[in-house]
Amino acid sequence: MKTDAVDIVLESQPDINVELNGSQIQHDLPTEEMLVNMGPQHPATHGVLRIVLRTDGEMVLEAVPHIGYLHRCAEKIGETVAPYQYIPYTDRMDYLAGMNNNLGFALAVEKLTGLEQEISKRATYIRIIFAELNRIASHLVAFGTYGLDIGAITPFLYAFREREYILDLFESACGARLTYSYITIGGVTDDLPDKFVEICSEFLDYFEPKVKEYNNLLSHNHIFVKRTADIGVITGEEALDYGLTGPVLRGSGVRWDLRKVRPHCSYDEFEFDVPVGQGLKGTVGDCWDRYIVRIQEMEQSVKIIRQALEKLRGTEGQDVLHKKGKTIKLPDDDIYFEIENPRGQLGFYVQGNGAAIPARVKARGPSFCNLCVTDKVCRDVLLADVAAIIGSLDVVMGEVDR
Amino acid sequence: MSQITLPWIEKSPETLSGYRRKAILLLFVLAVGHLGIALVSLFAFKPGQLADWKIPFVLALVLGASLAGMAFTAGAFGVVFYRIIGKFLRWSYVAFALFLGGVVGACLIVWLHAEIFTFIKGLSAAEGEHRVWLLAVPYDHTVRNIYAGLEAIGVEVPVLAYALWPLQFEFIRDLVALGGIIGFISIIPAFGIWWERKVSARIQSRMGPMRVGGWHGWLQSPADGLKLIFKEDIIPPEGDPLLFRLAVYITFVPPICAFLALPFAAAWVFRDLDVALIFILAMLGIEVVGVILAGWASNNKWAVYGSMREACQMVSYEIPMGMSLLIPIMMAGSLKLTDIAGAQAGGFWNWFVFANPWCFIAFFTYYCAALASCKRAPFDLPESESELVAGFLTEYSGFRWSLFFFGEYAAMFIVAGLAVILFLGGWSSPIPEAWINSFLTAVGASPDGFFGTLARGLLAGGPIIFVLKATFLFYVQLWVRWTLPRVRIDQVLYACVQVMLPLVMVLLLANTLWILGTDHLQWGWLNVIDGILHWILVGIGVIVALAILCIALYGFKNNKRLVGQLAVVDQLPGS
Amino acid sequence: MAPEEIANILKDKFGNKITGSNFETAHPHVLVEAKSWLEVARFLKEDPGLTFNLLRSISAVDMLEDDELIAVYDLCACRPGDRETDMCAFDEFCVKVKVPRNNPHIPSVANIWSAADWHEREAYDLMGIVFDEHPDSVMGVEGRHPRRILCPDDWDGYPLRKDYRFPMEYHGIPAVTEYEQTRPVH
Repeated sequence: MKTDAVDIVLESQPDINVELNGSQIQHDLPTEEMLVNMGPQHPATHGVLRIVLRTDGEMVLEAVPHIGYLHRCAEKIGETVAPYQYIPYTDRMDYLAGMNNNLGFALAVEKLTGLEQEISKRATYIRIIFAELNRIASHLVAFGTYGLDIGAITPFLYAFREREYILDLFESACGARLTYSYITIGGVTDDLPDKFVEICSEFLDYFEPKVKEYNNLLSHNHIFVKRTADIGVITGEEALDYGLTGPVLRGSGVRWDLRKVRPHCSYDEFEFDVPVGQGLKGTVGDCWDRYIVRIQEMEQSVKIIRQALEKLRGTEGQDVLHKKGKTIKLPDDDIYFEIENPRGQLGFYVQGNGAAIPARVKARGPSFCNLCVTDKVCRDVLLADVAAIIGSLDVVMGEVDR
Repeated sequence: MSQITLPWIEKSPETLSGYRRKAILLLFVLAVGHLGIALVSLFAFKPGQLADWKIPFVLALVLGASLAGMAFTAGAFGVVFYRIIGKFLRWSYVAFALFLGGVVGACLIVWLHAEIFTFIKGLSAAEGEHRVWLLAVPYDHTVRNIYAGLEAIGVEVPVLAYALWPLQFEFIRDLVALGGIIGFISIIPAFGIWWERKVSARIQSRMGPMRVGGWHGWLQSPADGLKLIFKEDIIPPEGDPLLFRLAVYITFVPPICAFLALPFAAAWVFRDLDVALIFILAMLGIEVVGVILAGWASNNKWAVYGSMREACQMVSYEIPMGMSLLIPIMMAGSLKLTDIAGAQAGGFWNWFVFANPWCFIAFFTYYCAALASCKRAPFDLPESESELVAGFLTEYSGFRWSLFFFGEYAAMFIVAGLAVILFLGGWSSPIPEAWINSFLTAVGASPDGFFGTLARGLLAGGPIIFVLKATFLFYVQLWVRWTLPRVRIDQVLYACVQVMLPLVMVLLLANTLWILGTDHLQWGWLNVIDGILHWILVGIGVIVALAILCIALYGFKNNKRLVGQLAVVDQLPGS
Repeated sequence: MAPEEIANILKDKFGNKITGSNFETAHPHVLVEAKSWLEVARFLKEDPGLTFNLLRSISAVDMLEDDELIAVYDLCACRPGDRETDMCAFDEFCVKVKVPRNNPHIPSVANIWSAADWHEREAYDLMGIVFDEHPDSVMGVEGRHPRRILCPDDWDGYPLRKDYRFPMEYHGIPAVTEYEQTRPVH
């Protein structure tokens, strides 16, 4: 251990020229390096992520993430319960987007068992409405906490103010505010409550102008742009190489959204754009691009929900929950199915062996894959940039550790 | 055996009220006893009867006993009528009235002291050499002498002469004034933190503290303070315990020392130093030593980061801050704060901020640099919670932790006060005093009568106006903090060294030449330009002030509609 | 491109290194021999006709009856199309690599897809498949293996294996009882 440390110091003695914010920072004064333990209890790590930083003053030379502090054996549990019973466990993975996680697992199992064709149109539209509402809620948290990472506290409260209304809507539909288990195998557990459509459209009318408010308050704030533009640049090729998905991949300029390229849940019936990072404030694929993609996705989600509410009008009376969902038997086959989660592509690998209980369940959490790029990006940045980069990846540790 | 017995829980309600009765009785007996002692002492002694060395003891007997008696009486009444008092406190605006009453009362007390000090200083000395028996200090006034002075102005209360006797010593007068300053300093963080929480809550469309004390949680800060006193005080065993304790005082004491030289009005200053400005800047600069010590003694890497950032930031921002302050000093030609403020009296167009463009810009550079040296957002890097857990405060807890905030809020008030004195006319009101006098004459009140004095004290300048102005600048600090994100350390230093420092140097040079041209060489064309620019800047100032007023009024009128309200969602079954 | 076509390309190129395929399932895939997986992977990534540049997931499966472990590689080709009008074209493909249970060694593909780094570490941590030449390897009792990722470094055993027995205690922290060791309850 000791000799390792000495080697590291010797290696980094030569001058390090770092391209930073357009200006060259010359390290002609090498100082003693320090290992700093950022996390597992640290405000900027969004949970229990631990990053070991090797720093030279304020410069971070290396950042090694350590995960596993929230490992709850979700995959092992999946081998002991029926798919219908596993739905609540998926809520706990990405706890900020429970609806999307429910949807991912439900779709994987339905596709494996062939139940997919028998889901009613109404259930599909309700699923889309809730998945998109949850996408907005999740992006609101991402927006708010990213503000916190950069040091702006007020946007966080604004984001949570709006998120409260979405949670109220969820609560009216399923009674829960965080772990819903509402979307389930065979449809959704209950039909929508009375007047849901009217209230939801009123919320959308209220919410749409708020996005502009966020842009005025934070997105185009000069200090914010200076803190995030040109920081943590990930090119499109790198992003694909590291398996990044979701807003992180789109922020790197790759127009890749599973809702468009391989539509699940009849997303192909809806009109919406896929926002990508264009490098408006700096380089394509910097923190600001990843951030603004989320803001723009909220607007697109509003568009989708409006259309879904329209389509919902003709479907009153359809059964929203298929009876076979609870008693399903898995065939001797396996499947890997991915959907577009707020944080990226959430994949479930489910293997059946003819019984009611799966032989293997594996979740491919988007946060898990997005986090693995930390090592690469957090090199030769300032300490404050580490918080900015981790925040722009928007990881949820519940999903990373599962 | 494991059961804990708590007598006040196990006793029946009747016995509980028995405890209360006993407490009331005890308090009343104590109160009557003390008041009795005070009365007997009051009538037992007449001026001139006492040897000088007995005076302090008699005073203690009279004043101490009467104060204690009053306190015990109040306590007894509190125990008797606690329900009624509680109900009374919960009425709306009671706390507000108490707060205002407290402010006015404090002003009156300070004013009374000032009058008494003047009275004592104005007395002619008694003949002969007098010495206090114990201290062997020579003094001028005997009690009889003071009593004679009192009789001359028609106040024939012997005990007052005794009470005033110690005040002839400078030392005692300083102690009294110091008590006032320390009282003010303890009110600033208590009020400032509560106000910051309310302001931030308003900005973030929430309520802020609403419970403690009734009206808008006005007792929240004292309650927090009480909690912090009882919290566990942790000193990291691997750190340096001595430095860890010392750091707090090094951070906390200098801003308080700075208050000694900060004038609240022409006569309201503890020590009117000739180099007051330099003294205050020096005191503010010492704070950084405490912060570095705190970071070092904590034996925590985050704390070291915080203190190193503080060192970089404060040391570099002291320079533009001091250089911006040189410009008003040049205008006034003095380092004495009372002189600088006095040079700006007579209407808001005389304020240095509007004097010429260089001063105008210098005001803003000073304010930014002051924000940075007070480590307020967007420059709050030393304690930035999203990067460095809590910076140099990481290992601190309890009351030790809160003392840092006492220092910080005191420093915030001082930099705001300096900005007011140097740029915004100090304690002089925006309206010239002559206008107020002529207005008073026009409505038939004498400017020197009771109402005239009151009106002039409130409107034409004085500590209240000074505190109001400083509080507004304090508010701007809060406003900025809750709006902006945090800058990065390299950007902070870049902004200082490469932007602000050259800018301030140019301002300094330009201002020097400008004053040379207008005041010394008396170039006519430059004076014309100076006049035009001056009135343009005054116009800008008026427009900005009116705009802020309009925004505030608009917000106040629409305060229900500005918050996110969605009527239908609130009626959902789950809400 | 349909999975059958991709499989045919692979079979033409690699012959009997492709040991099998199954397209009559919800999850069409080919089976690749473990020791030649590295060159197949490089071909899948770099061939201009295939360009499977996105490694989505590596799922490790324990087949206790067959006495083998399977690593399931889910690939996806993201070819940037016309940015304004079209989305990227979508191709997905699955490769399964079977290894014996008592000596599971698969060459690491972390140098081909950087995404494989953490997936392989996870597969080793939970299922015990050793990925040779993994860039983040440590020396163990039985040779070099990827560093653990979710479990602590000194954890004993591979929790997702079917015959895994939960430890009674870990560093003095009680974990399960003897009853629960055989009858996991959730």
